[in-house]
This record gives sequence, C-alpha cells and structure tokens, in this order.
Amino acid sequence: MSLPKLMLLHPDDNVMVSIAPIGAGDRLPVDGAELSAAESVAVGHKLARRPIAPGERILKYGAPIGSATRAIAPGEWVHAHNMKSDYIPTHDRQTVTGAPK
Amino acid sequence: MIEPLIEGFLRSDGRKGIRNVVAVAYLVECAHHVARRIVDKADDPDVHLIGFPGCYPNAYAAKVMEAIATHPNVGGMVIVSLGCESFDREGLREAVAASGRPVELLVIQQEGGTAATIEQGLAAVERVRAAAADTPRAPMRIDELVVGTICGGSDGTSGITANPAVGRAFDRLVAEGAICIFEETGELIGCETIMAERAITPELGRELEACVEKAERYYTIMGFGSFAAGNAEGGLTTLEEKSMGAYSKSGASPISGIVKPGDVPPSGGLYLLDVVPDGEPRFGFPNISDNAEIVELIACGAHLTLFTTGRGSVVGSAISPVIKVCANPDTARRLAADMDVNAGRILEGEATLDELGEEIYERVLATAAGERTVSEELGHREFILTYKAFEPIGPACLPAGAGRGA
Repeated sequence: MSLPKLMLLHPDDNVMVSIAPIGAGDRLPVDGAELSAAESVAVGHKLARRPIAPGERILKYGAPIGSATRAIAPGEWVHAHNMKSDYIPTHDRQTVTGAPK
Repeated sequence: MIEPLIEGFLRSDGRKGIRNVVAVAYLVECAHHVARRIVDKADDPDVHLIGFPGCYPNAYAAKVMEAIATHPNVGGMVIVSLGCESFDREGLREAVAASGRPVELLVIQQEGGTAATIEQGLAAVERVRAAAADTPRAPMRIDELVVGTICGGSDGTSGITANPAVGRAFDRLVAEGAICIFEETGELIGCETIMAERAITPELGRELEACVEKAERYYTIMGFGSFAAGNAEGGLTTLEEKSMGAYSKSGASPISGIVKPGDVPPSGGLYLLDVVPDGEPRFGFPNISDNAEIVELIACGAHLTLFTTGRGSVVGSAISPVIKVCANPDTARRLAADMDVNAGRILEGEATLDELGEEIYERVLATAAGERTVSEELGHREFILTYKAFEPIGPACLPAGAGRGA
C-alpha cells in the first residue's frame, strides 16, 4: 500500500496538506470517497477538501488562516491566487521592486 | 530526584554553562574588522566574535550585550572599542569583571591602530582563555537548563513535523524542570486566544494577548508581516497560517510568564519572549533575520536553541549551540550535511511525532553534555545585535510562584 499524499490536520478543516508530490488528475482518497486533484500540488501546499465559497474562512489546524477570494472547488490548489490573510497582507520578492512575476 | 548528567562550567552567580566561550566583542562597526581579525587569528572554535554596530547609545543593546557577556556559556571576554563611540565600554568591562570572569578592554585609538590592536588583542585572548580554562566544573541537572526555540525558513511541512516535534521535546523538558522559551510574537498573530488560555493566571493571559496585539500593530505600521517569499513558495499562504505552525513549537505546557530580551526567567517552566519593541516603531523591524532572535534568546539565558526549518536554514550562533531540526524530507536530503535532526521522516512514515520529540530531547542532552552540533562543527557563529526600545515587563508577566517553585 502506498503512503498517503494528503494529511488532514483537524476534522473541521476545509483544506488538507500535501505530504507527497501530487500530480494533476491524481485520484486521492478523501473522506471515504475519491477526489481528483485539479492541478499539481507541491509538498507543504494545500488542497481544497470541499467546495469553498468566496469570502469563506479557510480552516487549517481547526483555525482560520485567511479567507477565500473566489470560489474554490474540491481538489483545487489553495494558495495566494484564491485566498488572502485576514491580518497583514502577504508579500513576495516583487512587492517592493515592482518587477513582473 | 534527577541524576546529574552534564558537567557544567560553574559561574560565580551559581549558574552553569554548557560551553566555555571567550567572547571578542566590538562596540561599534568601526572596531569590527579589528575584532574579526583577532578571532580569525585565534582560530579556536571556542573564541567567538560578537558585537554591536551602532555609534549612538541604546539601553536595549547595552542590556543584551551585558546579559550575553555574563551568560553561563561565556568564560571570559575581550572588548574592542574604537574609542569615540557611545557604548559604555568601562561599564561593560566592570559588569564582566564583577561576574568573576577574566576581561580585557582594548581601545584602538589608544593601542596605536589596527595592526597594534590586533596583536594586543591576540595576546589578550590568550590570557583570557588561560584564565577561563580554570573555571570549575560541576554536575548540571536538566532543571538548570535553559532551552530556546525558533523557526526559520518555514514551509508547509514545518507546522506538521519539526515544530510539533519540538513542542513534544519542550513538554518533556518543562515537566523535568527546565526553562523553555519560545518567541517571535509577530509569528503568533492569529494564535493569541488559544495561547492566552494556557496562561497560569488570567492576568498573564491578558498580557499574552496584548503582546500579540502589539506585534500586529507594529508590523502593520512597518508594512510587512513576519513572512518571507520562501514561506509562500513552501506552501504557506498567510501570516496567520505560518503562526499556527510556529505556535506548535511551544508544546502543550502551561505558560508561566513573559520575558523581554535580557530578562532571565526566574524558574522552570515555559515562557514567551516578547521581541517586539514597545512604543511607536523607531528602529525598524523587530527581527531583521533569525539570528537577531537567537541572540535575544541567549540574552534570556538560553544554553542552546532548537531551530526548526522547512526551506533549509544553515545558520548556527555564537555563544550558544543551535540544533537544527529539518521539517521537510526533500530539504533534509538536499541539505543533509547542515541538519542535526530530520523530522521530515514523519511524512514518509518512518517516524512518529513522539519518536522525533524523544530524539530532539536526546540531542538537547547530548549537546549540553558537550557534543558539538552540526552548525558548530561547520563553524557557524552568527551574531546580530541592533537598535530597539523596550519598557520593562509589567507585574502580571511573571506571576508570583511561576514555575517549579509553585
């Protein structure tokens, strides 16, 4: 039996954490059913466990870690393109240089 | 009754060290080169370079420098001053001498310049080293240890492997009477409520929440949270997500108090180190990089620091050894020669969190008993001390009876 590729940190969570590289289309056992990965998800990144509405809190460790900025379907990668901080906005290497990404 | 297992270096204040370092300190950037050359030429793994770059006086920097100069891992000191900077060099020398340690002060403008001071400094290191070698040894118990923790280069694996594993090690150390310190209130934003519930008094709980509110206000004014580009590349999307992972380093013990840089916790237990300056932001970011926080942990008495990393930090520290715990299995393979513990094994089904916690605990004891960590062997001796401003801690921060005496 192969090792699991996803870890659920808390029963209330609407995201799971990738603990092994996930490829687009990978069939992943989630909550007794099978979920298809919408895209590749690197180790340490998050994948939606259920449908998430725009503005809905993202829950990880059973705690809110930010809010969805658009609708997210189960199996989608969840990151800065579809969620944001409810505290201080996240920055990256281009934030102060203004260089194109 | 805990059996003695570590031969500590006994200092005159009764504290015991796990190393016997000769610290060579420059008191302004203008003296940095001379101090560095003295340390390079001494070429001894127990002669470390520390220093402060600024020419203006700063009470925080003076307090941290004195706390480090009289840290139990320090056996003696050579102070290198240019001569015209504002740092109170005589005050520092007197504090070190009063602690019973050998200390020498060199002033470049009086010694005759660069080459002369390097030569004098080497001779001073030799004398201080010889005197420090006579430091008596004494058995040291776990409840005399002070252990800090920090995370650096975190990614999405940090909060599920290395950080909670350190939390398990912390729980065991606290249960055995050690002082354990976690820090970086800017990376506890979002955790304030659950953290406050662990305080030993309601008043301390309110202080813990106030600490995090202060951090949020400070970082909001600065314009950036304590979050680096690599955190996002490693799967962390927001500051509060990073916080939840960082918070797990603290384990599950009750929180006995809050300290600020240079305050040594009074007795065994788990303490939060508040590293965010008080008042309006004046001197910049609270933690310009990880070693600034490690220096503050050392100023609070940390004999060693548990450093968790997902992306892969390679740093160590002057004065107190750093044990690096790697969270991410890919990083652990790529940077294997820089890591002491591979907690990424948890994700590959090769170890459990409890086993890793046990392994980290064993590394702490081995390091305290004199075994060199990977970063020590590689010669890492990073040290950063810059400007900050703090008010003293409030009365609710260290409730009476905190720790093992309760």
